[in-house]
Amino acid sequence: MLHVPPRQVPPLADLLTVDSLCVSFGRDLPEGTAVRGVSFSLQAGRCLAIVGGSGSGKSVTSRAIVGLAGRRAHVHARQLNFAGTDLIGLDDRSWQRVRGKEIGFVLQDALVGLDPLRPVGKEIGEALLLHHAVASGEELERRVVALLELVGVPEAEVKARQLPHQLSGGQRQRSLIAAALALDPRILIADEPTTALDVTVQAQVLGLLEETKVRGKALILISHDLAVVSRIADEVLVMHEGEVVERGSADQVFQDPQHAYTRKLLDAVPSARPRGSRLSLLPAARPPQPQSRSLEQLPARLPSTFPSIVLSAANLVKRFKGPDGVLRTVVDGVSFELRSGETLGVVGESGSGKSTMARMALALDLPDDGAVLFQGQAWTTLTDRERRARRRAISVIYQDPLSSFDPRWTVGRIISDSLASDVLTRGERDQRVIQLLDLVGLSPAFLNRRPLELSGGQRQRVAIARAIAPRPAVIVCDEPFSALDVLIQAQVLDLLADLKAHLNMSYIFISHDLGVVRHLSDRVMVMRQGRVVETGTRDEIFLNPRTDYTKGLIAAVPRLARGWAANRSFSRL
Amino acid sequence: MMPVNIPAHNRLGWLAGRLVSGASVMWLAATFTFLVQCLLPGDRAQIIINMTSGNVGEAPPGELAAVNAKYGFDQPLVLQYVKYIWGILHGDLGQSYQQHRPVVDIIAEQIGPTIILALAALIAAWVIAVMTTVLIAGRDNMWSTLLSGMQVFLATVPPYWLATILLVVFTVQLRIFPVIGGNSPVGLVLPTIALALELSGFLGQIVRSEFTRVLEQPFVMSSRARGMGELGVRFRHVLRHAALPGITLSGWAIGKLLSGAILIEAVFARQGLGGVLVAATSSRDVPVVSGAILISAGLFAITSMVVDLTYRIVDPRIKMT
Repeated sequence: MLHVPPRQVPPLADLLTVDSLCVSFGRDLPEGTAVRGVSFSLQAGRCLAIVGGSGSGKSVTSRAIVGLAGRRAHVHARQLNFAGTDLIGLDDRSWQRVRGKEIGFVLQDALVGLDPLRPVGKEIGEALLLHHAVASGEELERRVVALLELVGVPEAEVKARQLPHQLSGGQRQRSLIAAALALDPRILIADEPTTALDVTVQAQVLGLLEETKVRGKALILISHDLAVVSRIADEVLVMHEGEVVERGSADQVFQDPQHAYTRKLLDAVPSARPRGSRLSLLPAARPPQPQSRSLEQLPARLPSTFPSIVLSAANLVKRFKGPDGVLRTVVDGVSFELRSGETLGVVGESGSGKSTMARMALALDLPDDGAVLFQGQAWTTLTDRERRARRRAISVIYQDPLSSFDPRWTVGRIISDSLASDVLTRGERDQRVIQLLDLVGLSPAFLNRRPLELSGGQRQRVAIARAIAPRPAVIVCDEPFSALDVLIQAQVLDLLADLKAHLNMSYIFISHDLGVVRHLSDRVMVMRQGRVVETGTRDEIFLNPRTDYTKGLIAAVPRLARGWAANRSFSRL
Repeated sequence: MMPVNIPAHNRLGWLAGRLVSGASVMWLAATFTFLVQCLLPGDRAQIIINMTSGNVGEAPPGELAAVNAKYGFDQPLVLQYVKYIWGILHGDLGQSYQQHRPVVDIIAEQIGPTIILALAALIAAWVIAVMTTVLIAGRDNMWSTLLSGMQVFLATVPPYWLATILLVVFTVQLRIFPVIGGNSPVGLVLPTIALALELSGFLGQIVRSEFTRVLEQPFVMSSRARGMGELGVRFRHVLRHAALPGITLSGWAIGKLLSGAILIEAVFARQGLGGVLVAATSSRDVPVVSGAILISAGLFAITSMVVDLTYRIVDPRIKMT
């Protein structure tokens, strides 16, 4: 534990006062303004949540508080006061005394928040060394291990000497929190602390943050996910396009949202709404136009002799050689069937073999044992050459669309490239691309844009247009939402549901987010450590789970705790 | 600092692998130099006789036969090859045609100053590259623009030209350094600078682009948020990442520096392998040239091993396999 005597803070004194904070970038023009007139105050032992979609200015606000908004940022405020210290106009040296010691900051992106070349313990010890909090190397080591134990990292002594990539995502996030807590700062700011984590780990990290609050620290929690925030927050600020659109106690905001944007955010949480309801306010994707000849050859219109099972896997096994040279079985005897027009949801914690299973379904990795049949014929047992002809009948949507696009290609070329080669003339191809863009709700104006000029949601839409371009029978979606915020996620979820209804495609839908899986799937397969734990219809799995593992997964899903009682009854897994 | 979880046998396996690949580089170089010696136009015995006597015409057959017998040129090629390799394995690189001394001795006498010059230049290039990079990367002010322009300029300037300019300015005009410094440390300064500046331009550009990229990484902001100052961030976190591509480049740089050193030695009239090689090449003293090639190949194999090892120490994520 930390050996710092409790500070005497008057119960209602403001620890942090922010009044009319404005942050702008570049040449200080109105259009470059990321944060406009944000005001709030924070007391010890309280948690303020700042929520909003991407680009709402919530991260910039938090960074401005620790003076890290960036070199090109202009920060103005009527008042930016921390425990009697005016933070505006602090010089570098004074900032260094505040950062880490008085205000701890946990950065977004836990996976890359630690220096990949240095042992985790060194990173945590850095804060202690910088502020001369330890007298000897021995004490440093002891404090680091104690911190790792405090945040619940198992085998703390071993982990302290390991490099970040040798730790799991959850352990890395905890280590970052440990580093931020090292000097027992009075305020802890956590920017999207759970976004990259799967549900069980997410619940653990939230529990840790809640404990920190209970220990009397002030907490600023930033998230796009209201379900996450609803557990801990005392007060909520909703930000949209740099402004606070709504503020109030957690009860008030979650039970009786006043602003339309807040309601939109609340509605976008998949677990909060019944299946089949629309999550976004955007118009539905257009059904295919009757005159569009090219969509007539979709799988649904294929002759009725077409088998109803599109893809079937029998007893798939995949082993990889680990760094120590020992073979590890990543996928161990997985079998499943995917019927025409069906969505099979695959859930499980990270490392459960979901993605490897998907790569085998796509025949990008070949199974060491077992085989996949596609449209009733051999698939993984074919040679690459034989498979190539049918490759277009199965598509994939990746987690990070940006890295799956050639950044130099235009949207038009990206989509056109995956059109079936039987679309011959240039005019026909162009027309098809425009139709596809229309189908995913993008205008032809996007044809000449490049991936970097698109927003996250637009990119994922282009990825979907590309995936449906060759008219596949099956689309494999591997964590298609984990890079998106809730609002964009809601739009894309709706789009996938619409396309499914219009085009009668089959999906394999992989996600660690049980909310979205529940929203979209007909049947669900639960995976753990390479094995299928449980398979069943959506309702069987979610309403009546048979195994403890599935029950645990479902229990760990953050739900909007709209009532005070529900908010209190949060349990740590 | 070594990562804790790499088994010792892996590290030994890595070392063994590197030794095998180094040995095969040496063997290929030896085979190549042997073939060159045999296939070069002109009879070797004739060259040796002409070199000793100073005549240009053809030597009488008796004399040729004697030389052929002495050097073993009359034996089958396979036998000559085996003897050559056998000799190399025992540290015998043959006899100089000109000086009638073992090539090993000739090279051993001269290689020291050359290696010192090359290493000094490598260190100087690194120091210059790192200092300028840490100062200018990720900052947009006049100095940064000026220094990065300077790096581009230096990377394009040929060292021998630079050497001449330095010689004229600092020894002839300003008289700060002696014209001929011999092997004293003072005499090393100008040649080192002349050789190092071009490389520092290359290294600087590579390290700087990586440095700028790493400065934007989240873990850098993490450490700022912990209260680390600008210099601490730059030296303790960013530099280590930014140095990696530069370290990879250093293996290539050593080869370049060794060959560059030969030119620089000629300009500054320094003692070193340069003079020997120039003399040997112009008089067709093939064993000396071959020996130098072999030694360079050996140095290169050792350097790339050292570079690899350094890389692994700086970036412990790479497994020793």
